[in-house]
Amino acid sequence: MNGVYVSRRSCRSLLVYKSALQARMVRWFLASLVLVTLSQFARADDCLTRGSGDLGIVIERASGSVQIIDTTAMTALTRVTGLGDVSHASAVFSRDARFAYVFGRDGGLSKIDLLCGTLVKRVVQAGNSIGGAISQDGSLVAVSNYTPGGVKVFAADSLELVADLPAQDKAGNSSKVVGLVDAPGQQFVYTLYDAGELRIADLSNPAAPLVTTYPGIGRLPYDALITPDGRYYIAGLFGEDGLALIDLWHTGEGVQRILDDYGRGEEKLPVYKMPHLEGWAIAGRHAFIPAVGRHEVLVVDRHSWKQVARIPVHGQPVFVVARPDGRQVWVNFAHPLNDTVQVIDTEQMKVVHAMQPGKGVLHMEFAPRGEHVWLSVRDLDQVQVYDTQSFQRIARLEVEKPSGIFFTARAHRTGL
Amino acid sequence: MKHACYKSIVFSLLAGTVPSLFAAPDASRQAELLYLLKHDCGSCHGMTRQGGLGPPLLPENLQGRPQLLMVNTVLDGRPGTPMPPWRGELSAQDATWLVEVLRAGEGL
Repeated sequence: MNGVYVSRRSCRSLLVYKSALQARMVRWFLASLVLVTLSQFARADDCLTRGSGDLGIVIERASGSVQIIDTTAMTALTRVTGLGDVSHASAVFSRDARFAYVFGRDGGLSKIDLLCGTLVKRVVQAGNSIGGAISQDGSLVAVSNYTPGGVKVFAADSLELVADLPAQDKAGNSSKVVGLVDAPGQQFVYTLYDAGELRIADLSNPAAPLVTTYPGIGRLPYDALITPDGRYYIAGLFGEDGLALIDLWHTGEGVQRILDDYGRGEEKLPVYKMPHLEGWAIAGRHAFIPAVGRHEVLVVDRHSWKQVARIPVHGQPVFVVARPDGRQVWVNFAHPLNDTVQVIDTEQMKVVHAMQPGKGVLHMEFAPRGEHVWLSVRDLDQVQVYDTQSFQRIARLEVEKPSGIFFTARAHRTGL
Repeated sequence: MKHACYKSIVFSLLAGTVPSLFAAPDASRQAELLYLLKHDCGSCHGMTRQGGLGPPLLPENLQGRPQLLMVNTVLDGRPGTPMPPWRGELSAQDATWLVEVLRAGEGL
């Protein structure tokens, strides 16, 4: 301030002016901030600004919709409609856990924004489809189809078609595709139901997929799973005893048959609902799998792949899923015994608890750390939440004909 | 449902003279059967009968199929395929009525 004289008084008034100016600037700034924020909200249709790690969706199988749920508050946030036929729908999540990709029965692939509660995009990519998977890096979404058979691969962001992998056997017959999962190395693994073939598609270069075929894995493979570490892919066979296994670390060894001595010569019961293998229960050194056409859960040693026990249960198992800590395995059952859920203690290898949540228990999903399990009870139009220690019901949500329940924690797990 | 109502009237007129096998199930049983068709048959054949692991069951898919063959498929299943026998849960009367529903594309 050299050379400029400022009296003490005028200095004070300057300071007052300065602070008034500052206050006004702050007000302007705040006002503009509010305006910007408001306009952003308006643009984003009142999207939530929160984490999505504790969100999930429940499929409403008869009304072509899903409900977005908050698993902490145990409430439904909103319903998203217009998804077509979702009677057997499943879902995967983007790696940021913001978007769900729903695979509908009618061939529809729908991308849902969980925070905005909106249907971002929907493409009808086939006549009839069954499920899908998201690639290791989250950039590709693959859908497996019944009609026409095959796998279509889409860009996860735009849902533009990236690759089309037909599923024809040597004779040129098209096959339904089941058991599609993601595997490490930007691969998708899937099984051809009619042809009895296993295929591994490497999408490292989406423009030129490399598909390896393993024929003759067995009759009518109906579903498959990949172990949580992404190493073993196992297909269940409907047409014969046993399961087909491939070690993805050593694909050169080909497909081997496991448990093929299981139940030989025994009469199978009619199967009123195909078991699902997706939620295959891995608990410690054992794997728990649904027996086809029998009122049993099979226990298999994960190293030798030999059967170690057969646990008698209430009916034909559909889903056999382990609580994330592996201490309990929960089982639901096929029609007409689908009003019951049983809990197996994995150390004792026996049923330690049973409950009747209501008719039509279709699916079970654990909280990522296992304290709660969510059940869809179709005929009561309810999703029920249970404490897995006390087996007490702690919440009930009204959901129209609920089927699959999928939590965003799946975003970070191979094969889900 | 008009079609089914008409049928049930005809069936009820005949009920005194023909074996009860040919009578349509009563209204509450019909509702149960439609629910079973939608949700349980639907788990393989699709809730909208457009097919899934099992074949589609729309009227155009069933044209020219003998009635008795279809009723027997429902009751006794198809060995070598996942189609189970529903006898025990469904009577011949139930199965016959369900096949009529499928042929007419009712309840979709």
